[in-house]
Amino acid sequence: MTESPGTTGLIMNEPLLWEKSRQGRCGISIPESDVETTPLDAEFAGEGPDFPDLSEVDVVRHFTRLSQWNFGVDTGMYPLGSCTMKYNPKIHEKIAALPGFAGAHPMLPPDLAQGTLRIMYELERFLCEITGMDATTLQPAAGAHGELTAMLLFYAYHKSKGEKRTRILIPDTAHGTNPASAALCGYAPVPVTSGDDGVLSVEAVEALMDEETAGIMVTNPNTLGLFEQNIRKVAEVVHRKGGLVYGDGANMNAVMGIVKMGEIGIDAIHLNLHKTFSTPHGGGGPGAGPVCVRKHLEPFLPVPRVTKNGDAYALQYNRPDSIGKIHAFHGNFGILIRAYSYILSMGRHLKTASQHAVLSANYIKERLKDVLHLPYDRPCMHECVFTDKNQEDFKITTLDMAKRLMDYGFHPPTIYFPLVVHGAIMIEPTETEPKENLDQFIETFKIIIKEAVETPELLREAPTAPKVRRLDEATAARKPCLCG
Amino acid sequence: MRYLPHTNEDVAEMLQVVGAANLDDLFSSIPENCRFKGELNLPSDMTEWALTDHMATLADRMACSPEYRVFVGAGSYRHYIPASVPYLLSRSEFSTAYTPYQPEISQGTLQAIFEYQTLTARLLGMEVANASMYDGASALAEALLMAIRIERGKKTGIALSTLIHPHYRQVVRTYFEPTGYKIVELPCLPDGSTDLSAVDEIENLAAIALQSPNFFGCIEKIKAASDKAHALNALSVVCFTEPMAYGLFKNPGSQGADIVCGEGQSLGIPQSFGGPGLGMFASLNKYVRNMPGRLVGKTTDRDGKRGFVLTLATREQHIRRERATSNICSNQGLCATMSTMYMASVGGTGMRELARLNRDKAEYLKSELKKAGFRIPFERPGFNEFVVEFPKGFESTYQKLVGKKIVAGIPIECHYPELTDHYLLCATETHSKADMDTLVKEVTS
Repeated sequence: MTESPGTTGLIMNEPLLWEKSRQGRCGISIPESDVETTPLDAEFAGEGPDFPDLSEVDVVRHFTRLSQWNFGVDTGMYPLGSCTMKYNPKIHEKIAALPGFAGAHPMLPPDLAQGTLRIMYELERFLCEITGMDATTLQPAAGAHGELTAMLLFYAYHKSKGEKRTRILIPDTAHGTNPASAALCGYAPVPVTSGDDGVLSVEAVEALMDEETAGIMVTNPNTLGLFEQNIRKVAEVVHRKGGLVYGDGANMNAVMGIVKMGEIGIDAIHLNLHKTFSTPHGGGGPGAGPVCVRKHLEPFLPVPRVTKNGDAYALQYNRPDSIGKIHAFHGNFGILIRAYSYILSMGRHLKTASQHAVLSANYIKERLKDVLHLPYDRPCMHECVFTDKNQEDFKITTLDMAKRLMDYGFHPPTIYFPLVVHGAIMIEPTETEPKENLDQFIETFKIIIKEAVETPELLREAPTAPKVRRLDEATAARKPCLCG
Repeated sequence: MRYLPHTNEDVAEMLQVVGAANLDDLFSSIPENCRFKGELNLPSDMTEWALTDHMATLADRMACSPEYRVFVGAGSYRHYIPASVPYLLSRSEFSTAYTPYQPEISQGTLQAIFEYQTLTARLLGMEVANASMYDGASALAEALLMAIRIERGKKTGIALSTLIHPHYRQVVRTYFEPTGYKIVELPCLPDGSTDLSAVDEIENLAAIALQSPNFFGCIEKIKAASDKAHALNALSVVCFTEPMAYGLFKNPGSQGADIVCGEGQSLGIPQSFGGPGLGMFASLNKYVRNMPGRLVGKTTDRDGKRGFVLTLATREQHIRRERATSNICSNQGLCATMSTMYMASVGGTGMRELARLNRDKAEYLKSELKKAGFRIPFERPGFNEFVVEFPKGFESTYQKLVGKKIVAGIPIECHYPELTDHYLLCATETHSKADMDTLVKEVTS
C-alpha cells in the first residue's frame, strides 16, 4: 500500500469568536452617511447586539483555521452511504456567483427575470425526463421538505376525491425522515417489514393496504442499496385500493437513465439535487428537494408555476387546487442553478455516472466481503451495507472501525444505518472516486480489520490524528450547552 | 467526461472482480419490465466554456444592480457583502463537507455553527438558537407547530397578524391544512400595526404571531402582544424578514417573545432570486426539547479538550422514527456559516452603525416622497422599508421607470386588495442619496 492520505500537517488552535474581541474593531467598511439622521423614540431604541468586535484579518484567520479542522469531498474520499458525496464541479460556484443570479431579487417582475425563469422552466423539464414524470415543483428546500410536500400533495389529492385517509405505509428500509414527514400531515405511519431478501414483498403490502391508507412511501433503491424488485406489483396493490405511491428519490444516483420512476408505478418522487446532481452539501445544507409528479397530481403543485409562452417565461399563481406555497420564494435557486449546470455538463453521461457509481459499490462489496460480514449478498446498487458481526469476538464495533478510518485519512462510511441491520456500515463510493482510491480504501479497511485482532486498542483509542479525540456526546445531551 | 475518472481499463478490471460481463449486467437485479430501454432526451453534454457562455447570457437577462436601481425589499434585501465573506465561504472544507455526523473531523463546521447559535441568540435576545432552518417562512410554520406541541396539542388556535409577509402566511396555511389547527388572521390598524383586539375571542389560543418590522415596514407592539399572549396562557411568537433592524431597535426577546424566527438573508447572504437564505430560529431554554431542527452543543474530548457535537438528536427521526417531532434532518449550514462570518465582520459596533444607516436612508426617501406630495399611509416608525400611495394609474409610470432601469418597489394590491396604488419601497446602505433623488425626480415627472 502507498502512504496513507491521513498523514497530518500542522493544526492551528483558535478560540471562539468572542474570546478574541476588542471593542472598537470592525471588519467591514461602513460608508459615511450622505443623508441626515432621523431621531428614534426611546420607546423603540434598543442597545444593539452583544457581538464581538473583530478586524478583517481576525475574521479571515479565524475561519481559515476552522476550515482546516473539517473534512470535505475536496479533502478526500467521503463514502457516506445514502448521502452521495460525489465531487462538486468548481465551475458551478463561478456560475452561481454571476451578479445576474446572485443579485437577483425574487420579486422582480417576470419581464426583468427571464434568465432565472428560463433556468427553472428547463430544469423542471430535465427532471421530468430523468424521472419519467409529468411535472415538477422546485420549491422544496431539502429532501425532507420534498417528502413533506409530496405528503401534502397526497392529502390534497384524496381530499379532492372527498376522502380523508389516515394511514401511510412505510417499509423498514425507507429513509429515516419518511415517518416524520407523513406524521406532519396527520398520517399514522404504519411500518412494513421487508422480506429476508431485503426487499418489499407484495403480500406484506397487500396485508396492510386498505381504503383508509393514503399510500406508501418507498425508498428505491432502498437503504440496503437494493432495488425494490416488486415495485410494479406493489404499486398495483396500492393503486387498486385508491392509494398513491411515493418514491423517495434520495438514491436516484443509482438509476439515472436506467429506471424511469414514472413508468414503474410511482406517482410522486422527490430528488435530492445536492446529492445526485452534485451541489456542495455545505456542512448539512443548503440542499434542494424538488418533487416530480404524474399528471393526476399536477393541479396540486405549489404556486407559482413557471410557464412558457413563445419565448417568454411567466409565473402563474391562479391555480385553485394548489396546496399553496412551501417556500417563501422559489426554493433554493442558488442550488437549482448548480444542478441545472451539472445536467447540461453531463448530458447523456448521466447514465454513465449511475453505471460507474453502481460498479464502484459492487467492487467494494466484492473485495471487502471476505473480511466484513455482508448481510445481503446480492448485487447492490450505488451503496453496499456490511456489519461488524465478524469483529464481535474481538469486542470491536462499527464505531471503532469508523473512527480508525479517520487516522488513515478517510471519512468514515455511514454507520448504524439502516436500522434494520445491526451494526451497519454503509459504504457509498460514488462514481467520481478514482479506482486507486477505492483500492487504497479497501486495503486500509483490511489493515484495520487486522488491527482489530492484533492491536484492538488502536481502534478503541482512535482517532488520534484529528484535532480532537472521541467526544463526550452523552454529557453534551444530558447537560446541553448550546450557547457561548 | 471530466468528472468521471474510471478509464476503460479500470472498468474492465472492476467488472471482472464483480463478475459482470458488462455495465448493463450490473443492473440484473432490476426486473426487465422496470428498465428504461431508450436514451434520455437531454441536450448533449456541454464543455465548460460553452456552459459558461450559456449561463452568462441568461444572467444578463436579469435586472440587477448596479445597472438597475432596485428599490425592493419585501423579504429579500440588498446589503453590501464584504469580499472576505464569500472568499472564506468558498473554502471547500466548509462547502464540500456533509452534516457533521463524525465530530472529530468536522470541528470547523461545528464550532462555526455553535458561534452562529450564540450570535443569533444574542441578536434576537433569546436563550437558545438552533443550527438554522430552510427559510423564514418555513421557520414560522415550524415555530407555530412547536407552540402547539408545547401545549401538548391541547391548544390549537393560532392568531396570525395579516402584516406578516403574505408568502409566509401562505406557507403556514400550507403546513397547517391537514392538521385541523385553526388560524385566525388579525387585521391592521390605521397606524400600520396589528389590531390585537380580537385575540381574546379565540378559543384554545396556543400562540400570537407578529412580524416586526412588519410587511409594511412598521415596528410592531411586541411587548403588548407578548403580555396579551401570556395573560391568555399562550406563547408569543415573533418573526422577521429583516434581522438587521435589531441592530437599532429593541430585540424581540427583551419584549417577552417566547419563540423568535425569521429570514437571515440580510446577514451577508446573496439574494439569489430568493434562495438559499437562512431560516433563523430561537426560543427560551425551557422549550429546547420541543424545538425542531439541528443543534450543536459544547463538550469535551477524551483528553478534556473543548469540542463540539450535534446534540439532542432524540427529538429526531434517527432514534424515534415513528414518534419523531420533526422531519428536519438538514439545515442551511453553509448559509449559517456565511452569516456568522458576516456578523463577526460587522461586530456589535458596526451592526449598530449599519442599522442606523439603513433607517436614515429609508427615512430620507420617505420624507422626500412625502415632500413631493405622495401619501405615506402608515406612520409608525420603521426600519428600511415603507408603504407609499401613488396617484391612480401609477402603473404606467412604474413601467416607464423600468425602461429607465429603476424598479420603484412592488405593488401590494395583490396581497391587500384594498390598497390599490400602494407600493412597498426599500432603501438600504447600498442606495445612495443620488439614487433616491433620481427615483423621486422620476416618479414626479
